[in-house]
Amino acid sequence: MNNVIETKNITKNFDELVAVNSVNLKIKRGELFGLLGPNGAGKTTLLSMLSTILKPTSGTAKVNGYDIIKKPNEVRKSIGIVFQDPSLDDRLTGRENLQMHAALYKVPKNVREKRIDEVLELVELKDKANSLVRTYSGGMKRRIEIARGLIHYPRILFLDEPTLGLDPQTREHVWEYIKQLAKREKITIVLTTHYMEEADLLCDRVAIIDYGKIIALNTPSNLKNSLEGDSVILNLKDSEKAKKIFPKAKYFDGKISLSVKNAEKEIAGILDIAKKKKLGVLEASIRKPSLNDVFLHLTGREIREEVADNRERMRRRFGGH
Amino acid sequence: MDIELDAVYIVWLREVKKYFRAKERILGSLAMPIFWFLIFGSSMRFTVNVGSNIDYSTFLAPGIIAMALLFTSIFSGVSVIWDREFGFLKEMLVAPISRLSIVIGRSLGGATTAVIQGIIIMILSILLGVKFSLFSIVILIPLMVLISLGFVSLGITIASLMETVEGFQLIMNFIVMPMFFLSGALFQISNLPNIFKIFVYIDPMTYGVEALRYISTGGFSSIPFYVSLSFVVVFSAVTSIIGAYAFSRRK
Repeated sequence: MNNVIETKNITKNFDELVAVNSVNLKIKRGELFGLLGPNGAGKTTLLSMLSTILKPTSGTAKVNGYDIIKKPNEVRKSIGIVFQDPSLDDRLTGRENLQMHAALYKVPKNVREKRIDEVLELVELKDKANSLVRTYSGGMKRRIEIARGLIHYPRILFLDEPTLGLDPQTREHVWEYIKQLAKREKITIVLTTHYMEEADLLCDRVAIIDYGKIIALNTPSNLKNSLEGDSVILNLKDSEKAKKIFPKAKYFDGKISLSVKNAEKEIAGILDIAKKKKLGVLEASIRKPSLNDVFLHLTGREIREEVADNRERMRRRFGGH
Repeated sequence: MDIELDAVYIVWLREVKKYFRAKERILGSLAMPIFWFLIFGSSMRFTVNVGSNIDYSTFLAPGIIAMALLFTSIFSGVSVIWDREFGFLKEMLVAPISRLSIVIGRSLGGATTAVIQGIIIMILSILLGVKFSLFSIVILIPLMVLISLGFVSLGITIASLMETVEGFQLIMNFIVMPMFFLSGALFQISNLPNIFKIFVYIDPMTYGVEALRYISTGGFSSIPFYVSLSFVVVFSAVTSIIGAYAFSRRK
């Protein structure tokens, strides 16, 4: 069995609102898979169904071979979850939170402490393990939650917006841990995010989700290449002359930008022409489209943080918890 | 649903650990009973007639113990809403264990902390001159456990029905305080006019107080011991079942 998660027309309605609309998704074993979409797109709702917190309205899914409706307890044992909102007891120490989790997930007593030390080392929190969680920084809390999600040897780790609300530096730190994790623990990681650079940087494959439907699914680079929207940007001594030679080019900040299909291949030819015509190339650079451009292309909208019309706020409310 | 002992233990342990860590809370929750005992006890001593051969402190001590049990238990049970508010409840509910195990662990944990409070009050009253026989102490402790379990479960039930943390104060004002004042904790219920007696007799706290008082004073109570004990047992059993049900049903 190659697919560790397989959904079959999985759907969730909240009253007349369709939060997840007949999604069919296959996630391979060992993959770092991203669900990218704006707030309220249905990412958390989908994740909640896969982790048996919510029951689907129709359709079903198999997680680690177990049906989420028929075998919820088996599913729960197979997965680790890091929720979007913090879910630590901050009056307990980091280690106590982990001990509690180990007991709740029936990790055999004789391996508990060893396993706790392992995951603490993984997130580099061994020194702080015996301090109360309320003294932790935001990034440390996230890391201890990630560690907690790993204690019971899950086959799949769900991360719901793992870097939401973290400062940029901490965010990069958490990314680093997630990457290491995927390598060292050899588990499947499914994360939701509305940060396109997060999906781009971390994920092997990304599903772009909007209004409860998956509108694109591929590797980040294939998604971006599908746009055929690279640019070659030149900073020239004589940009007036360039206007005649590259009539379709756009001009900005004294530079010219040329739209091409594949910038890496075509830049050589462009530079040849510029040299022949003696335009005096000072700088040349390539700009690849971001996943945001992909989303923009597919939906006509941007993935922004505050997309909070009523409909989406409703979804967040129901889907988030 | 199965009961996982390991999970019950860890949930119990959490309650107890948190209790001992919240030093301010222990002091705060003791302040009120001590206040009652010292101020109320000494000034009311001459105005309340509790019978010929028993002094007011001896009469009051079981009432104050019951008060500590009531406050600590309800607080502990209702604190489920704080767990929900701060997200920790989710961590427990998603775990592959039955909710029954969680609710049992919580009830036992809450009852443990309440009984510790009760024992502290008992020691305090001994220091203030109230006499407890060794026999009565041996009986009082399991009785305290029984009473506390009922109140913790009542708290869990309320918390499971409540939507927001804001309702917390409301519960304290409209449930806990009347339960305390209408019980015979501070006065002898047989001295009351009949209209009040109805409220006193429907207050579950009354039976807890009277059962404790019967044991601690060696037979002084307005209600026969077998009646108050039976009531306490039935009340605890029923609220435990309702509490477990409400907690399990809650999404």
